[in-house]
Amino acid sequence: MTGHFLQIENLARRFPQPGSKEPTTVFEGVNFSIEKGEFVCIIGHSGCGKSTILNVLAGLDYPSDGHVIMDGKVIEGPSRDQGVIFQNHSLLPWLSTLHNVTFAVRARWPSWSRAKIREHSVRYLEMVGLGEVLSRKPAQLSGGMRQRVGIARAFAIEPKLLLMDEPFGALDALTRGVIQEELLKIWARTHQTVFMITHDVDESVLLADRVLLMTNGPNARVAESVIVDIPRPRERATLHEQPGYYPVRNHLVEFLVRRAKTLASAARDTDPRHTPRTVNPVKPDNFPPRPALVRSG
Amino acid sequence: MLANLNLRAAIVSITFLIATLGLWQLATAPQVLTGAGELSEYELLMGGASQPSGIPAPSQVFSHAVDELSRPFYDAGPNDKGIGLQLAYSVGRVMAGFGLAVLVAIPLGFVIGMSPVLNKAFNPYIQVLKPISPLAWMPLALFIIKDSNTSAIFVIFICSIWPMLINTAFGVAAVRNDWLNVARTLELSKLRTAFTVILPAAAPTILTGMRISVGIAWLVIVAAEMLVGGTGIGYYVWNEWNNLDLASVIFAILMIGIVGMLLDGMLVQASRFVRYQD
Repeated sequence: MTGHFLQIENLARRFPQPGSKEPTTVFEGVNFSIEKGEFVCIIGHSGCGKSTILNVLAGLDYPSDGHVIMDGKVIEGPSRDQGVIFQNHSLLPWLSTLHNVTFAVRARWPSWSRAKIREHSVRYLEMVGLGEVLSRKPAQLSGGMRQRVGIARAFAIEPKLLLMDEPFGALDALTRGVIQEELLKIWARTHQTVFMITHDVDESVLLADRVLLMTNGPNARVAESVIVDIPRPRERATLHEQPGYYPVRNHLVEFLVRRAKTLASAARDTDPRHTPRTVNPVKPDNFPPRPALVRSG
Repeated sequence: MLANLNLRAAIVSITFLIATLGLWQLATAPQVLTGAGELSEYELLMGGASQPSGIPAPSQVFSHAVDELSRPFYDAGPNDKGIGLQLAYSVGRVMAGFGLAVLVAIPLGFVIGMSPVLNKAFNPYIQVLKPISPLAWMPLALFIIKDSNTSAIFVIFICSIWPMLINTAFGVAAVRNDWLNVARTLELSKLRTAFTVILPAAAPTILTGMRISVGIAWLVIVAAEMLVGGTGIGYYVWNEWNNLDLASVIFAILMIGIVGMLLDGMLVQASRFVRYQD
């Protein structure tokens, strides 16, 4: 049970339903773990509760059942250990690019000097290519640049766990590609532990070490944990030439198109302490490949 | 195109002004009647046909304004003070009442905006108290406070407080959840969240409330001073009416408009500092 950096145990969320005594169960029996430095994506259809799981990890929402243990402690509320990047950038519009980051850095390390806070913030803004626009307000930035400020802010506070809720959902496809690569670079330099929601299969194959697949809600579960067995550093331009690319991608697409639904209807009679099946589409015979993901009980 | 637009607007504006003043001048011109034999008995009693109109012509108002504005701060006793002095009394009362209202309304609005319980609890009182004409408070204020000047300030206070209170509470309650979540994930204290996130986020709405309040305060002070008397632009208007000096009354009306515009302009300038584009 111990040894995992982040451990999600038997998580469930139910909402009261108007006109009915039975609450709606969005998801239940969600169990998975994340190792330190791992990049994990979660994919599932709308309404399966991905965002709720992320909010629980962020401490902004509470589960109806189960709990989350991070680094040996139960998450009971928002803290500086969890950084969050929301879909709609959530920058403070009255602050400049730089001050949006220094605002967070100062909150994280109140004892730092002004110069050190600035230097630290500028370094992270430069990592996402925004060293030239420090004094601009968010309204004067393009949508992609705003999201990059959000990424710089989240990485700059060096949280133990970085949570991203469809960070590129509001961006056009071209901008999204550029920022995905930037995210890869900054992640390679910092080796943050990342948990990210996405709707984009290619995005998850490019970024993630592991992709969690959720069945459709209500009563959604994490059904599979798919290992993305493609060597790093990965690049968008050459990703599809990697031998592992199509097996992983096809597996994910096949799940979303077919099995997300069929598994959802089959889910109700399964064990609540269900553990997602670990799958490596690249080496299906060599199974299971990661002992860390096998639950001891 | 913009210069062109400004130019065209200026031409229309000036034409309108000239036309209005011209009509006014014509309408108030002394009536000259021809033929002395046709004078009525009343006109004979009044000493001839050429009577000045009761309403002063714009030229008279203008020369009166030049005279008054050349010595705005003279003080020749309670019945005869310069227009600048009278306006200063009024602005002083508005500032005192409005300032007190700011000190009460903004913190209170903050608390109400942050707490859904207090919001619901106080809402009925605010809704009942808000539509009360501020002058209705005057007798009560005079009885309790006993000092007419302080009562006028109280009336300004009570009329300024509602728009600011409502706007502050609304602005604070409407702060985007995303921004509050940013503060929560950074573990900012309640106080720091209030000052570094909620206050800047709600500031434009608060400033709008302040603009509405100062506008109402300036409307009310004229009426309040007509009641309490002594000093101020409202008293001046009423006093000149009793003197039947309509040139002074019209001049004072114009000055009330100009000062009101300046007060609003100051807050517009202030709101530019806190405005942000989302």
